[in-house]
Order: sequence, then structure tokens, then C-alpha cells
Amino acid sequence: MSLLGLNTFYILAGAFLLATALRVALDRAHARRWSTALFWGLLGASFMFGGSMPPTAVGYLVLAMTVLAASGKLGVSRERTTGREERLESAERLGDRLFWPALLIPATAVLGGLLFGRIRWHGVSLVDPGNLSVTSVCIGAVLALAAGLRLTRAPLRAAVGEGSRILQAVGWALILPQALAALGGLFARAGVGTVVAGLVERAMPTQYPSVAVAAYCFGMMLFTICLGNAFAAFAVITGGIGVQLIVHAHGGNPAIMAAIGMLAGYCGTLLTPMAANFNLVPAMLLELEDKNAVIKAQAPIAFALFAFNLLLMEFCVYRF
Amino acid sequence: MIKLIGIIVIAAGFGLRLNTLLVVMASGIATGLVSGMSFNAIMGEFGRLFVTNRFVTLPAVMMLPVVGLLERYGLRERAETVMRRSAEATAGRVILFYTGARQVSMALGVNVGGHAGAVRPLVAPLAEGAARAKHGDLPKATVERIRAHAAAAENVGSFFGEDIFIAIGAILLMKGFFEDLKIEVSSWAMALWGIPTAVAAFALMAWRTRVLDRRIAREAAPAAEAAKPGTP
Repeated sequence: MSLLGLNTFYILAGAFLLATALRVALDRAHARRWSTALFWGLLGASFMFGGSMPPTAVGYLVLAMTVLAASGKLGVSRERTTGREERLESAERLGDRLFWPALLIPATAVLGGLLFGRIRWHGVSLVDPGNLSVTSVCIGAVLALAAGLRLTRAPLRAAVGEGSRILQAVGWALILPQALAALGGLFARAGVGTVVAGLVERAMPTQYPSVAVAAYCFGMMLFTICLGNAFAAFAVITGGIGVQLIVHAHGGNPAIMAAIGMLAGYCGTLLTPMAANFNLVPAMLLELEDKNAVIKAQAPIAFALFAFNLLLMEFCVYRF
Repeated sequence: MIKLIGIIVIAAGFGLRLNTLLVVMASGIATGLVSGMSFNAIMGEFGRLFVTNRFVTLPAVMMLPVVGLLERYGLRERAETVMRRSAEATAGRVILFYTGARQVSMALGVNVGGHAGAVRPLVAPLAEGAARAKHGDLPKATVERIRAHAAAAENVGSFFGEDIFIAIGAILLMKGFFEDLKIEVSSWAMALWGIPTAVAAFALMAWRTRVLDRRIAREAAPAAEAAKPGTP
């Protein structure tokens, strides 16, 4: 039993999403009023009631959201916000106090990670120990909102309005990470990984130890690029190539192989739009025009770091 | 081989610049159909995984109202003022500092930061503020580049700090994987072998942020020239 778990915050987040839907529906000036309201309403419903709905119904709900997003029926709000003059004036007035609520989020995350898990009465814990880090961040966000409202003396309505403005700027990309996680699950069920591992193995002369290392590292990176998830690639590629060839056939060190192999996979994560929560959502969140700007900024690092990992493994995996 | 149809759908979809959400959905449906699932079963599986993965989206959504509120009252503008006070601060240095801080926090097992929680409200405005304090108004492309690098710092910092901590996702996953195969591997050894790449990642970020600072200086110069009073 725990008082605050993921479900508490799914309900809160759902309420915010539904409030966005309502604001859009009431906004006569909104260019795509009804379809946009429907999209955020459906997402809000999946957050609030997703746990108790039949999975098939949620699946069709996601399908409906996809159709709305793909047919370009999602608009952004033209809600009025403050202008630069007003902002400079209130920045002057509030000063560095403006940073406090923003810093409260990481502060709560740190404290929460250390303390929240230990607070319990009679077998009821304050925070769900299984999801400590996500829950702590959410608690931090709620505390920061309270502090921000107190500091600015703004009504809650203003915060919801500003939040839904950014939400609409992010748009459908927000649910891409969830959809990709679902796709990864379907790939795993269909056994896509085993097929890819087999192909790599057949295409390269892996009887040479150094070629086996190269096949493994490239396999990790390419498969991560396809799936957008290094963890999913790890199970498949390490099982199919790494353990078979590097450890069993050539006697490599499994700890070195796994540690560096995972990091080679992360280099793939830096390069792929499939890793939407790391690469596309931030681009939307920062209101960048080029959706691939984050990937472009990361590409030189990803390639250089991949080369580093490859060489490091070549030199070390058969030596230690 | 037919099972790879999902990957082909994705490649084709990206090539044709179709809506990413649509491509993902189509790829999932195609993969499910060739492996013998009914359409309803595919929707069921999609729905189940969509719901269990809500936690991925949750922090970003929870963060939006407070971030929006603080921006409404001048958080970004204040960041600019703060950066103006420090002569040493440049956009690149702010971003590099965040990369290092993120790596250290992840290596200690404390997940502090995030794109919604730190990059949008703090890191990006501070970096932009530092550049504006030095160079005046910036062209739009330069602002975009600074923001993209701030987001990159979050990714590089968290990815290449995480694997040094033994009680976090990646190491636990690897440990569990080898336990299934009955291969003895120590968590400490895996964490230790994550360190060289972590150092290399930071060094590469140091190089990238220096390049960024030079580019900002180069791109800002013509803009400042044009903004001078008296020039037509």
C-alpha cells in the first residue's frame, strides 16, 4: 500500500490534459477547435482511466489519435500570453526568486530519492517504492507549481493556460515515446531481433575475433537506430552475436563486452528519430523549427564516441 | 525475413517524410499481421503497452504548468540578467557545465534534470542569456543551435553517466541478462568499464561546446552590425 504512486499522478496529468481539451473547445478563435480538443481529450482519458479500460479499447483510442495527428487536424492555440515588456518588468520585480520553484523540482527529486522511500506508517508507505524516481519528480513538479503560484500570486488558471500552450506546441510528438514502446513490444513478440542478429552473423566473417567485436558494436548501434531503444537491442544483439561469438567462440570478457556494447547502443540512440523522447520531444519542447536539430547537434559526438567504444572494446575485451 | 517488414515500413515512412506516429502505427500493425495476430489482438497489445508506458510521458506533462507559469513571469528574461553579471559565462560553458553535472548526478544514482524539468526552464535560457549578454540580439538560427545543444547535453550527460551507477536500469538489465544465461559477471566490473566512455563523452562535449561558442560569435557579428543605430 502506498499513498502516492504513479496512479495519483496519472489522474492529475489526465486532469490537466482534459482541462487543455476543454480550453481548446471553448476557444472560438482556435483554428482546428474540435479535432484538437478531441485529441487532448482522448489522451487525457487514456491517462486518467487507462488502467481500468480494456487494452483493445485503448488501442483503438491510440489509433484515433494517430489518424487525427496524421491528417493534420491538430492546431496550436493563439492564447494570449505576456509580452516581452511585461516579462522584463516582472522579472525585475521578482528577481532571483523566480528560480526557486524551478530548482525545487531537482531538489525534491534528490531528497525524494533518499528519503521518500523510507517514510511509512503501519505498512503504508508515503511513496510507491517501485517507482521512486518518477514519483519524486512528479511530487517536485506539484510543489514547484504551488511555490510558483504563491510567488507570482497568479491564479491556477494562468498556469494551466500557459502549460496547455506549451503542450500544444509539443503536439502529437508527446505520445510518440509511448507508441514506440508499444512497437518495441510487438517487434519482440514477432521475433524481429533474432532475424536481424542472424543476418548480421551471416553477412560478416565472424570467425575473426576483431570482426566479431565490430559486428557486435555495429549491430548494437544499427539495431538501436531501428528500434530507438538500446535496452531492446541489448537483449537481442548480445544474445545473438555477443555471447555466442565474443564470449563463447573467442573467449572475451563478458563484463567489458556488455558495458561497452550498451554504450555503443547509446551512440545509436543519439542518432535516431525513433528515440523520440530523447530527440524529437525536446525539439518540440524547445520550439525548434527543425525537428531533427537535436540529432544534428549530437551526430558528431555520436560518431566519434562510437569509434572510441569500438576501439576500446577491440583492445580490451580479449585482454582482461 | 518477412518479419522485418516493420523495419522496412519505418525506413520507407521516414524516407517519404510521413507523420512519424502514423509510420510507427503502420509498422506495428504490419509486424503483428505477418506474425499471425488478428487486428484486434494487435490493438489490444498496442493499448496494453501504451498504458503501461504512460510513465515515460508523465514527468513532461506534470512539468508544463509550472514551467509555463514561470516563463510567463519572466524566468527566461531573468536568466539573461543573471548571465550578464558574469563575464566568464558563455553559452558553451553553461551547456558543458550542465553535461558534467548531469553525468555526476547520474553516476551517483540521482536522476536530476530532464528536458522538461531542467533544459527548457533553466539550461536553455541560461545558455541563450549568456550568448545575448555577450553578443546582443541573436539570429534565429543561432538561438535554435544553442537550444539543440542544450538538449544534446541532457542526452549525452544522462546516457554516459548512467552506466557507472550499479543500481540503475542498464547495469541491472545486463546483470539480469547474464544471470539468465548462467554467466557470472560482476556489476562493479560493468560499472568500471563504463568510466572510459563517460570521460570521452565529456571531452567530446567540451570540443562541441567550444565549436558552438565560436559559431555564435561568428553568426552574431553580422546581426549586431545590422542592428547598429544609424545604419539603413
